Amino acid sequence: MTNSINEFDEADLFFVIGSNTTAQHPLIGSRIINAVERGAKLILFDPREIPLAQFATLHLKQTFGTDVALVNGIMNIIIQEDLYDKPYVQARTEGFEELKTMVARYTPKVVEQITGIRSSELYRAAVMYAQADKAMIVYAMGITQHVTGTDNVKTLANLAMLTGHVGRPSTGVNPLRGQNNVQGACDMGGLPGVFTGYQRVNDPATVKKFEDAWGVSGLNPKPGLTITGMMNAAHQGTLKGLYIMGENPLMSDPDLTHVEHALSNLDFLVVQDIFLTETAALADVVLPAAAFAEKQGTYSNTERRVQLAQCAVSPPGQAKADWEIITALCRRLGMKCDYACTEDIMREINALTPSYGGITYERLSSGYGLQWPCPNDTHPGTVFLHRDQFTKGKGSFLPCEFKPAAEIPDDEYDFTLTTGRIYYQYHTGTMSRRVDLLEREAPEPLLEINPEDAKKLGIRSNDVVEVESRRGSMRIKAEVTTRVPKRVLFTTFHFKESQVNRLTNSACDPVAEIPELKGCSVKIRRCS
Amino acid sequence: MARIPTICPFCGCGCSFYLIVKDGRVTGVEPSPDNPVNKGMLCAKGWNSYEFIQSPERLTTPLIRKNGEFAEASWDEALDLVVSRLTGIRDASGPESLGFLCSAKVSNEENYLFMKMARAAFKSNNVDHCARL
Repeated sequence: MTNSINEFDEADLFFVIGSNTTAQHPLIGSRIINAVERGAKLILFDPREIPLAQFATLHLKQTFGTDVALVNGIMNIIIQEDLYDKPYVQARTEGFEELKTMVARYTPKVVEQITGIRSSELYRAAVMYAQADKAMIVYAMGITQHVTGTDNVKTLANLAMLTGHVGRPSTGVNPLRGQNNVQGACDMGGLPGVFTGYQRVNDPATVKKFEDAWGVSGLNPKPGLTITGMMNAAHQGTLKGLYIMGENPLMSDPDLTHVEHALSNLDFLVVQDIFLTETAALADVVLPAAAFAEKQGTYSNTERRVQLAQCAVSPPGQAKADWEIITALCRRLGMKCDYACTEDIMREINALTPSYGGITYERLSSGYGLQWPCPNDTHPGTVFLHRDQFTKGKGSFLPCEFKPAAEIPDDEYDFTLTTGRIYYQYHTGTMSRRVDLLEREAPEPLLEINPEDAKKLGIRSNDVVEVESRRGSMRIKAEVTTRVPKRVLFTTFHFKESQVNRLTNSACDPVAEIPELKGCSVKIRRCS
Repeated sequence: MARIPTICPFCGCGCSFYLIVKDGRVTGVEPSPDNPVNKGMLCAKGWNSYEFIQSPERLTTPLIRKNGEFAEASWDEALDLVVSRLTGIRDASGPESLGFLCSAKVSNEENYLFMKMARAAFKSNNVDHCARL
């Protein structure tokens, strides 16, 4: 997030797109609801009638995969109506003329044809966002899990810069991260092309710094493969060994048949986890890890806040903290690895990572964490980014043309299937399905289908249906509900009983390699 | 009885709470009242986040697949096997034939060490995690 969770309390308007906030980020969802109740406006863009819809000032249900056209259309209206922030655009951005020329083609009529949103509603949304004093864009995987995910994000950034809604309190472009330490895993270099703090593996000076600090030579200067690329390489047989720590791709990844084949094709698979997950069941070696309550360590939340968790209890049996397991392996591999505790590791991170330079255990032990960038011991941390200038100086508008989704419904596969999470379960269910209360509230997978579609197909709630895509099929109980629009089906990927990722499409965004989990074409029939 | 501060293991909000520990066992949670993220509140997942750690299904010992079945193993046996197989693959097929998936569930320190091991010991930059999923 460019901004912080506390700033929700002061915002005048929320532009929520691709985020079922109350289900996925409940404590942020409640901030939005509280803000609306004190008078803030909420523009919601979501094809589904998600819980936030009942609080929305305006709820626009765009057709799946049309966000670039939608937001370009909003920017076009803002420019045509002279509602953009001219001083801001002039002082802090570059590339406005190119943006203006490109979005001019996204007239309300064109946008209506692509997105299904009426011109009058698009106009209302554009005016409300542009005229708000402090407006926050909030998004999640509904924006990124598309073949145009990168374009979607760039387009939202264009919108924020155009209106001067970035670089001030209670504004910004705010992706909500879906896992307790997904931000931290990225910050720590858990990505193919970067070390900690997004320092590039192909930058010679950076490589030298890490070689010196680690006492090694010959670090690989070529960015590696993403998870999607690794699965493809395993499938082709060029990736032969895989070590998975605390992940369950055999539930979470698209096109599971492909993933299953890829993992089975490996010469050697190590899985380190707290349970024997679907993925671990395929491993050659399984290493038992400690859970969050059984070790000390820091976690970085969606607003870049690094917080320290303490060890409360001992792990069961012989299970060990992940850092202890990796330390033992590093020693066997001949690396100097004499960490006595996680604080020793953080000192190394501090020294190598400018944005984490001042985030020490000593400081984290009192107070409520520190938000990066926090370059030194006296720096208070950073509540919001881009205050006076962008990281690179002026912010570049990066206009993007609309491109359709990878799969569009046709005569045979005539529905769009979209996936997400629900409030009472979480991700692949490894943790949440072992909590009695959560299982009681959401014990089984359900497929949402619109009443009109259900009636035509003779489907009633709790009927078992078969849903099939070009990649696979599943059986699941139907829930007939107006929550989904016509020709759209929704379910979650929490339940191994109905693995929706057998059906989903592994077609990826070309830059981020994020798969298009938010929409694939399927057909559906009632099982007799 | 002890109150141990921790961070919720579910979504990215980063809610803070105390684990209530009695006789070496977590018996409940108490949201941190002053934390700017959650201000004394939690969702249904957060309130119940301690339960799964006590599941009888937790892994408690290293497992090695032998003749298609998992067999319990010692740490030395399991770690030696991991090192010999991964270095064997690297030596035979090159560092790029190895992949390493970090975790959005483990700590910063653990992700850092895992990334360091992949890049420094195996010279592989095939390092990623489920941020995309």
